Amino acid sequence: MSRRRILEPECLLAMVQKTLQIRMAGESGEGVLSTGELITRAAARAGYRVLTSKTNPAEIKGGHATFQVCLGPVPLLEAKDELDVLVAFNEEAWQKSGPDLRPGGLLIYDSASFQPPQDPERSQYAVPMTGIARDRLKFGLAKNVVAVGVVAALFDLDREVLCELIEQKFSHKGAEVVARNLEALDAGRDYVREVLPQEALFSVEADRRSPTRMLLNGNQALSLGFLAAGCSFFAGYPITPASDVMEFLAVQLPRIGGVLIQAEDEIASLGMVLGASYTGARAMTATSGPGLSLMVEMLGLASMAEIPCVILDVQRAGPSTGLPTRHEQSDLFLAAVGGHGDSQRLVLAPTSVADCFVQAVNAFNLAERYQVPVLVLSDTVLASRMTDFERPDLANLPRWERLEARPTGPDFERYQITESGISPMSLPGTPFGQYVATGLEHNPRGLPRYDAANHAAMSDKRFRKFSKAALEAPEPFRQGDPDSELGLLTWGSTAGAVASALQELERRGVRLEMLAPRMLWPLPDHQVGEFLERKKRVAVVECNRTGQMATLVASRYNHPFGLGRINVYGGAPFRQAELVQKIEEWCQHVR
Amino acid sequence: MSAENTHPATEDYRSQERPTWCPGCGDFGVLSAVHGALSQLGIPPEKIVAISGIGCSSRFPFFLSTYGIHGLHGRTMPITTGVRAAGHGLHVFTVGGDGDAFAIGGGHLLHAARRNLDITYLIMDNSVYGLTKGQASPTSALGYATKTSPRGTTDIPLNPLLLAMVAGASFVGRAFSGRPKELTRMIVEASRHPGFALIDIFSPCPTFNKVNTFKSYRDEVADLPKDHDPSDLMQAMNRAACESPRYLGVLYRVQRPTFLQQLEHLKTGTEADRPRLLEDLFDEMR
Ligand SMILES: Cc1ncc(C[n+]2csc(CCOP(=O)(O)OP(=O)(O)O)c2C)c(N)n1
Ligand code: SF4
Ligand SMILES: [Mg+2]
Repeated sequence: MSRRRILEPECLLAMVQKTLQIRMAGESGEGVLSTGELITRAAARAGYRVLTSKTNPAEIKGGHATFQVCLGPVPLLEAKDELDVLVAFNEEAWQKSGPDLRPGGLLIYDSASFQPPQDPERSQYAVPMTGIARDRLKFGLAKNVVAVGVVAALFDLDREVLCELIEQKFSHKGAEVVARNLEALDAGRDYVREVLPQEALFSVEADRRSPTRMLLNGNQALSLGFLAAGCSFFAGYPITPASDVMEFLAVQLPRIGGVLIQAEDEIASLGMVLGASYTGARAMTATSGPGLSLMVEMLGLASMAEIPCVILDVQRAGPSTGLPTRHEQSDLFLAAVGGHGDSQRLVLAPTSVADCFVQAVNAFNLAERYQVPVLVLSDTVLASRMTDFERPDLANLPRWERLEARPTGPDFERYQITESGISPMSLPGTPFGQYVATGLEHNPRGLPRYDAANHAAMSDKRFRKFSKAALEAPEPFRQGDPDSELGLLTWGSTAGAVASALQELERRGVRLEMLAPRMLWPLPDHQVGEFLERKKRVAVVECNRTGQMATLVASRYNHPFGLGRINVYGGAPFRQAELVQKIEEWCQHVR
Repeated sequence: MSAENTHPATEDYRSQERPTWCPGCGDFGVLSAVHGALSQLGIPPEKIVAISGIGCSSRFPFFLSTYGIHGLHGRTMPITTGVRAAGHGLHVFTVGGDGDAFAIGGGHLLHAARRNLDITYLIMDNSVYGLTKGQASPTSALGYATKTSPRGTTDIPLNPLLLAMVAGASFVGRAFSGRPKELTRMIVEASRHPGFALIDIFSPCPTFNKVNTFKSYRDEVADLPKDHDPSDLMQAMNRAACESPRYLGVLYRVQRPTFLQQLEHLKTGTEADRPRLLEDLFDEMR
């Protein structure tokens, strides 16, 4: 308390800005994440657009954890590199996150835990959180809620909303616990009011147009999307960072008569999915890289036997077990072309949390219409990032069905050669529809045949579906100047980083256009080919070392100057400044 | 092919595809036993799904007039699990070889048994890899010499019956393709059993296995004693472990909750509840 620096009015003025980024940092298991979530929810209900990120320690218990929320009046594309406010629960938190706090930013720290040295560049605000919780409230566990109270007072977040959220959060622990947490909330608020006479020290504009917005992370948005798309069967094997999709659906699917099975491994997961889909269910699995590697043979069966299925891969970093909790976009090769033989599968990649919902719906629709496996590539950033989310309009969701056969006589051809490549599929129980789904090459009746003409004709039939599906690719994400000579291609969550880098570059007078296709395989010519044709120079921005999208794009399109490559691969997404700099360097290089 | 469900003839379960097996292959006997059993069960062909893996024996579904999946080597149990869990009103059974079941598919078998998956699994056990032309399988005798084990195998054979019992199968039987009547009867019994029914069927491969033949099996097998109590696990295990004679019959049979019964128990709603559930979730996630 003694070293507390009261915020100067000039400093406060600087805080009246478009977006504001706050980070909570401390020992994991001490409620860093739940504190952050409470604040985020309250902010979202107050009308702020929000975007969060978090780091979990690799250990199950203990270790350094952070939760960060960026808020502002417009939809946010990407987190900022720098913090405006840091709430440090302990010294390690301050040491690790302190360097990210911008000059003029504000440090709120638990003065019962440590004392940072004076910093003339930044405001420091001591709050004895542990002290208040332990000594005054006799409830040490509530120090995080004290912190919530502090932040709430600083931003003038609505007390009623916070009370409601706290009640929601703790009601299962009884009225007593709720009451004590509410007390902690007020203790934090009062503390700020007593030592700082001004209220609403910070003012960030909110967007108050749509109060019905939801707050979701990418895994939740995907889960809801799959449910909305009619998923009724899920089999999976737990793996970070995909498990929470399975955990979510484990609760929801039985409520609608659906089934979730924890399989013995990922081969079994996809096997169960194919079995279920064969009977007509909209079936899926979710995994991460190691699991997808195991599924590859089964993917081949799905494309050969033309059994619809959806596979979510929430990518993590590295080959083998790699870096289970870190970010990378390096499963694209595996998803698109991994496996033996000429096989077909579609690969979709959502570009934001909101897009996770949309692509989950598209994935089922495409899988069912084209009778192919559809892989959805999400990633660690999207998985845990929470953003505000417009409530979907269920009545207007597209619903594409599988083309079902109802034969009226014998000699049904399950794999009938058609112009579209799509053959009507009979479901078990349908008279005269009997056939054997097989991974052996087969004739139109589904019987094993190995002659050259048949294999060629059947391959062509299957690839006709593939090309046709590309024409129905979801709309891509585009930003920037359509007339610019320079273009950037990107995919997945990196699209947000590129889009916000573009905004910064525009401020500096550098004009570019970006394109992030949501369908990555097959590459939709009318999107990617068209973009390449319009641009003099194109670079591909992605989080991997091998340039996987760049390689696939280069394998299909000849661009006179080749493709530039802008990559990071340390296990974290692009930092804004780094990305802006790399793009600028590339622009200078090609000009 | 008939859509009525009054006792169809054996013929109704036969497809037009001619079996690809070598003359004298034990799998012919299993096929006609299955044709017979299905007609006794009287289930219309379009309500049946036969699932197999890869191997000579796994060609089976192509020779039936039912629905079928000829999937991947060793992955019959997962695929069957999916069909069972999502398919309603279907009769589902699985067929395959000893390599498919116990080598590449061994891991899955344990879990299907634990789950008490509601199926009948017919394993055509010839103690050899037929389709890949004669390598040792997990049930080959110790010292069995093949091209990939020229000086004889060094791994002891696995006992399918003991394995199934330990893993939790609720119906475990052994049959012999050379005794088609008993085999047919056992398939019918297994099909009516609620839960996981595994039948290990001695089904000789005269082309590649010169050790385990129709003759050798005939000399080794015996019916279970009349007083055998299939609900007694210890007795069942003792008789399953016995090498001389090798008992034929239903060694073990108990009733416990099946996979499907438990799945049904978990369900608290129906497809009609989907829109409301979603709206509720949207409300909650604010
Ligand atoms: C992943 C994979 N590995 C290997 C094979 C080759 N393969 C096909 S069948 C088979 C063994 C068949 O033995 P079994 O299951 O006993 O059937 P049988 O032919 O004896 O009836 C093997 C190794 C394959 N099809 N797939
Ligand atoms: S190789 Fe053996 S198992 Fe295969 S068909 Fe011939 S006899 Fe039967
Ligand atoms: Mg065999």
